[in-house]
Amino acid sequence: MNFIDNPRKLRGFEKHVRVEKVSRRSILKGLGITGGFVLAAPVMSRQALAYETGAGKMPHGVVVDPRVFVSIAPDGIVTIVGHRSEMGTGVRTSLPLIVAEEMEADWSRVKVQQAHGDEVKFGNQDTDGSRSTRHYLMPMRQIGAAARTMLEQAAAKRWGVPATEVKAVNHEVVHGASGRKLGFGELAMDAAKESVPAIEGLKLKDPKDFRYLTKGQIGIVDLHDITTGKARYGADVRLPGMKYAVIARPPVTGGKLVSFDPEAALKVPGVEKVMKVQGWPWPSKFQPLGGVAVIARNTGAAIKGRDALKLTWDDGANAKYDSVAYRKELEEASRKPGLVVRQEGDVDAALKGADKVIVGEYYIPHLAHVSMEPPVAVADVKGDKAEIWAPVQSPGGTRDDVAKTLGIPEGNVTVNVTLLGGGFGRKSKCDYALEAALLSKELGAPVKVQWTREDDIRNGFLHTVSAERIEAGLDKNGKVIAWRHRSVAPSIVSTFAAGTVHQAPFEIGMGLADMPFEIANISCENPEAAAHTRIGWFRSVSNIPRAFAVQSMVGEIAQATGRDQKDMLLELIGSPRIVKPNVKDLWNYGEPQDSYPIDTARLRKVVELVAEKGEWGRQVPKGHGLGIAVHRSFVSYIATIVEVAVDDKGKLTVPRVDTAIDCGTYVNPERIASQIEGAAIMGLSLAKYGEISFKDGKVQQKNFDDFQVVRIDEAPVVTNVYIVPPGPDTPPSGVGEPGVPPFAPALINAIFAATGKRIRSLPIGKQLEA
Amino acid sequence: MIKVKINGQEQSWDGDPDLPLLWFLRDEAGLTGTKYGCGQALCGACTVIVDKEAVRACITSVNDVAGREVTTIEGLHPNGDHPVQKAWRQVNVPQCGFCQAGQIMQAAALLMDNPKPSHDQIREAMSGNICRCGCYQRIENAVHLASTGV
Repeated sequence: MNFIDNPRKLRGFEKHVRVEKVSRRSILKGLGITGGFVLAAPVMSRQALAYETGAGKMPHGVVVDPRVFVSIAPDGIVTIVGHRSEMGTGVRTSLPLIVAEEMEADWSRVKVQQAHGDEVKFGNQDTDGSRSTRHYLMPMRQIGAAARTMLEQAAAKRWGVPATEVKAVNHEVVHGASGRKLGFGELAMDAAKESVPAIEGLKLKDPKDFRYLTKGQIGIVDLHDITTGKARYGADVRLPGMKYAVIARPPVTGGKLVSFDPEAALKVPGVEKVMKVQGWPWPSKFQPLGGVAVIARNTGAAIKGRDALKLTWDDGANAKYDSVAYRKELEEASRKPGLVVRQEGDVDAALKGADKVIVGEYYIPHLAHVSMEPPVAVADVKGDKAEIWAPVQSPGGTRDDVAKTLGIPEGNVTVNVTLLGGGFGRKSKCDYALEAALLSKELGAPVKVQWTREDDIRNGFLHTVSAERIEAGLDKNGKVIAWRHRSVAPSIVSTFAAGTVHQAPFEIGMGLADMPFEIANISCENPEAAAHTRIGWFRSVSNIPRAFAVQSMVGEIAQATGRDQKDMLLELIGSPRIVKPNVKDLWNYGEPQDSYPIDTARLRKVVELVAEKGEWGRQVPKGHGLGIAVHRSFVSYIATIVEVAVDDKGKLTVPRVDTAIDCGTYVNPERIASQIEGAAIMGLSLAKYGEISFKDGKVQQKNFDDFQVVRIDEAPVVTNVYIVPPGPDTPPSGVGEPGVPPFAPALINAIFAATGKRIRSLPIGKQLEA
Repeated sequence: MIKVKINGQEQSWDGDPDLPLLWFLRDEAGLTGTKYGCGQALCGACTVIVDKEAVRACITSVNDVAGREVTTIEGLHPNGDHPVQKAWRQVNVPQCGFCQAGQIMQAAALLMDNPKPSHDQIREAMSGNICRCGCYQRIENAVHLASTGV
């Protein structure tokens, strides 16, 4: 067994403990600001939060320091550093907005500067796990409050009045008694001489005075550039003398190049060189697969050259990977006892004594991320220095991996983070940047490595494939008294460590062992499953198959007992309480249980809210049906109602989706809505079409024709989003991922309501056409 | 030597005439607003306007557009204030934004052809453009807004 308690340590199984000294010079250099807000106080403590989060346990923790994140130019322009990667969630806007809110900066006079990869300086930068707002809401408020306090102190000194008499208001500091005012720009140099106040003494704004936070309707900072073609993604980086590379990689995971003939490729106009790319044996974390690179003057020539390569591969140990056979293996394993990860009461006895046992077997295949921007990176390696430009979710991890791969000090590696054309977890793995670094080193020139869509689908880090089996025992009154859930799926850890056959706690904690229903006898098991391809994080991760199984089973129990789905769901959730599953070190998304318990009052609330706003129980036309599902993930609570219409040919449309989310204290509801709207599309895509399958070790799909995603003509006509207002002290929780898991089961329950057909295997494909 | 007018400027190419217009635009002409998403005309990220028609630049060769006029996202409007671009910003359409140049060019071509498209016509005309983030509801609203002003 290979249990790892913190998945972020999976970056390389190495320790992230050292804290290097950050020199003032490096701060100035990093910010690139002159004549600005240069502070000379001791570094503030690295973490001091009003409520505890898991942020401090992430590699390099949290840095709360206005000198790192804020600078003010003499003309008053405030520059705020965004240190997380922008892949569409709006985080490059939201976090700086929090700082601007607290420091009373006028958002129209704020510029956002993207941080390069440097976790010693900025704190953890892994943009994944729906963590950015959850971990940084309070630190960003503290940074803003510290900057505001320094500006106020500087103004008070200038005027010779007590600091208590002055107040920062909308980009200037005001002395109420005399009516005097000084702009932030005028105060910048003096403020820079003030010492940074201690976090403990900072006065945060009263939320009732917020101008931006929770108000919604703040457009993202890149909006104009995106709509005019100026926004710069990884693919858009161009350097003088840069070469364009496309790589032929082993078609089977773990395969190796035997031989290649470059002759025909070299005859393609524009092709300049054909070269081997170093590969690592599988599994090797994010190291390149190896293969043959075609170097050309443009990407089109490189692709054409690659098509002309003659290649011979040794397919290696996974050459027999076959999804039809593997599915049978998983399903057989799910019918036998497996590693028990949660046990309460006596499930065997309760199932034996049950009046009725309902068994559901569910299956979800591998999925590919297919971010619209396929993996791409530019590298310029000169001697023992490397500079990378790439759309990466983990700039710090990328820096680390590039340094190790090239054998140079981490301090010699600069990772410039571009916009990400989608990420969804794929861009947490920096293999494409490592490929570019290796090629640039060998060529002695800057190189862009462009993955084609076919590469993305065939050589990715796929979402796991999963068989889920649930047995529910009911007593004679229809009450559920026993619940046994077996989940069989290859683990992400298999990409890091050979021989992994069990899921890690961070996967078991995603909808299996944390199941919130009030049932006396519970067993959650994880039978063995070996991986035969690279498995990686995919938006929402294991919550997708678990929510599909658990929430479909709720529908099945309702169906068997003649109950309303929503009533059944609320009965199973049971009384408002804090659920404490009998699981040793239950994974809670890295968050402490005290701040982020499994709270069934909140779970019930989103069900009740969506039922009310989404008009649960409303009359729908013939051929239509309503389905509901709820799921807690990334410490947020989300419930979804889907209205589906299925015509007599089995064609499925979605007239309406309603979703209620409780994500605690939040920043920009406009972006929460966009994330939930998008999650419905991703949920519908995986439910209708999502399947990556293998035969003879090779992925059978190649592009958007055979790995389909939902298009606009099949999108829900309307997705309504309802956000639960947070309590005064509710900590923030995830938004980017939690919207996906409840969608598929709500859809499947709706299809049952519309047609009487129960779908247990995804994708739906042609199952409704029969 | 192939001559083509791109965003009003004459450009020439003496390399492989079969080079996809997409890579000519991005790698040779430096116009990176037009994106690569699939290379097979399946996703629409590379949509440009040739004369008055929306075209997928990934399966159109430079030779195919010889002597014709190509408009990319960079040339749609001098200040980026084409009604479709303005509507896109008003509705806050983009998430990651990568597909949006293609979406906007497709929508602009649709409105040239049909200034007042219906709900179904918008969905049909835009169905060749994939958005993995799932901004479809807003795309539809933005096209509607650009066409009606409300």
